Amino acid sequence: MSEKIPVTVLTGYLGAGKTTLLNRILSEPHGKKYAVIVNEFGEIGIDNDLVVGADEEVFEMNNGCICCTVRGDLIRIIETLMKRRGKFDAIIVETTGLADPAPVAQTFFVDQDVQDKARLDAVVTVADAKWLRDRLRDAPEAKNQIAFADVILLNKTDLVTPAELREVEARIRAINPYATLHKTQKCAIALDQVLDRGAFDLDRILEIEPAFLESAEHDHHHDHDHDHECGPGCTHEHHHHHGGLKHFHDEDMQSVAIAHEGEMDPEKFMPWINDLVQAEGPNILRSKGILAFRQEPRRFVFQGVHMILDGDLQRDWKPDEKRVSRIVFIGRDLNEKALREGFLACAA
Amino acid sequence: MNAPLQTLADRVTTLAFDQHVLHAGFLGDAPCFVLADGTIHIGRERPAIRPHADGILVVAADRTRILTGGDDGRVFESRPDGATRLLGEEKGRWIDAVACGPDDSAAWSAGRKAFVRDGKGRIKTLDLPSSSQGLAFAPKGFRLAIAHVDGASAWFPLAGAPPERYAWKGSHLDVTFSPDNRFLITSMQENQLHGWRLADKGHMRMSGYPAKTRSLSWSQDGLWLATSGAEGAIVWPFAKDGPTGKAPRECGIRPARVTRVAFHPKALVLAIGYADGWVLLVRLTDASELLVRAGGDGSPISALGWDGDGTRLAFASEAGGGGLLTLPV
Repeated sequence: MSEKIPVTVLTGYLGAGKTTLLNRILSEPHGKKYAVIVNEFGEIGIDNDLVVGADEEVFEMNNGCICCTVRGDLIRIIETLMKRRGKFDAIIVETTGLADPAPVAQTFFVDQDVQDKARLDAVVTVADAKWLRDRLRDAPEAKNQIAFADVILLNKTDLVTPAELREVEARIRAINPYATLHKTQKCAIALDQVLDRGAFDLDRILEIEPAFLESAEHDHHHDHDHDHECGPGCTHEHHHHHGGLKHFHDEDMQSVAIAHEGEMDPEKFMPWINDLVQAEGPNILRSKGILAFRQEPRRFVFQGVHMILDGDLQRDWKPDEKRVSRIVFIGRDLNEKALREGFLACAA
Repeated sequence: MNAPLQTLADRVTTLAFDQHVLHAGFLGDAPCFVLADGTIHIGRERPAIRPHADGILVVAADRTRILTGGDDGRVFESRPDGATRLLGEEKGRWIDAVACGPDDSAAWSAGRKAFVRDGKGRIKTLDLPSSSQGLAFAPKGFRLAIAHVDGASAWFPLAGAPPERYAWKGSHLDVTFSPDNRFLITSMQENQLHGWRLADKGHMRMSGYPAKTRSLSWSQDGLWLATSGAEGAIVWPFAKDGPTGKAPRECGIRPARVTRVAFHPKALVLAIGYADGWVLLVRLTDASELLVRAGGDGSPISALGWDGDGTRLAFASEAGGGGLLTLPV
């Protein structure tokens, strides 16, 4: 069977610039043909040969897993598109501004026919630099889209001051420190930063260091000297300074990263992670881990979307590489203490 | 080792279409193949017809006509002489399913609506709880079954009454009535079939498939329902009260998934197409097997169909490799 067709999911709250990005992707001289699956069919002109209108039909799988929702229309459309494979090289799915990205992503893990022929490449979220702060406060969908993203375009940066931009960036990082973040105007970005990211490809999950550690200096003491700068009407966010970057804490959506400087016992870890996502799946949006298992020369890499886990033994640990086990969760109301204790109890 | 399979391969004429084949069968005497690129091939001599602006998405056929739904939002009827007729158009939509009904009637679905066109050209519309990719007319009466999310509906389009709902949680894909009009069966997203007794809406669950069932075929006596989705055709017994509490027959077990099934129109013989391009005939009475195609282009069989008297079988694959089997008389 020939190679699987990559699928990029574009999300973003209403007006953030999804369609601008989509049209930019389609109009660049890349020589590739895209099949585009859009909602609100025909609302804004999309200049492409193959545009399919979708209904965003989300339904629950009847498999006892309450957060296991999939997009039925997407299964049908992708199956049908695959009968005309010569017509396109890749698929782009644009969701509505109010959509939760999870059912779209889960479709690629739950449906075998889709999985056989297509692969989810990345969830790309376009955020409006001027309005994201407000949306994070009043629109849970906007928060989900940020939390879920592999790539974030912080767009319309020309409409805010440098200070405002730093603040909105810090608020994004409070929710999702792992996504690749690009600051753009009119979604101007090199396409290789958006397409063919392999974000769900276990072989390409090389590092799970939070992105802000790469750029900012940091000391890893979370001294929570909460400094309430918002008025009484705004109760959600606190922030503290973290190295040079203002560091916020989002009360509702967080990420938790845990590292163990050593090996894990797979006999303990596998049941723990499975039970955890069964119980906490609705709250855990994304999870990732790179683990050193006892007496196993290869790295174990996994990723998850809510209750769905996908993991495998990957390449060997390099001789100069420290056998450190790391795990990351992004989710709602995460109990950091319980996660940490649970994970560390799986140490070999 | 088993004894080598008896083969009919020397009675197969090989055909090549180089496109995903959606339907293989016979219009009257003429073999016909419908391709995803939008072409309809009727007979071996005539040029292909192309009623749609672009590709064909869904096909239904009886012995006298082919219904096709396209990505142009149109539904066409094509006849053995190549004549085509536009039956309906849903602008800006894909046609998700089509079905052939009695007396030249037809049905199709697009978006969250089902449409029935009777022989006189009157079109009735029904709003659905979700989109539908499964439509089937009942064997008696002018009644359409529609598969959708959380169940199926059975609708008398001319009665003006709301459809009868048959509820079961989950996404239902294909739908079929039993030939005796006692059961309604759907295939589901969750790798299982669901059935209802039409009389009292009693449930039947047919599960255990490793993959989705997308091909269903009734035996000519109406007592067996053959299904795809496992490594071997799963054939459920429908005598008396249906399959509840009974084990299905498993026919033509091979290390490849069954993708298409088609019962012979006169005998208890099942044609089985596999994901590795193989085609077998299996006789239910003694489980004997005959080889029609050992792999061919290696692409999954996507279409299988017998002619009216069961002397010829048309088949084709996703990659467009096809064939015509003529049985020894």
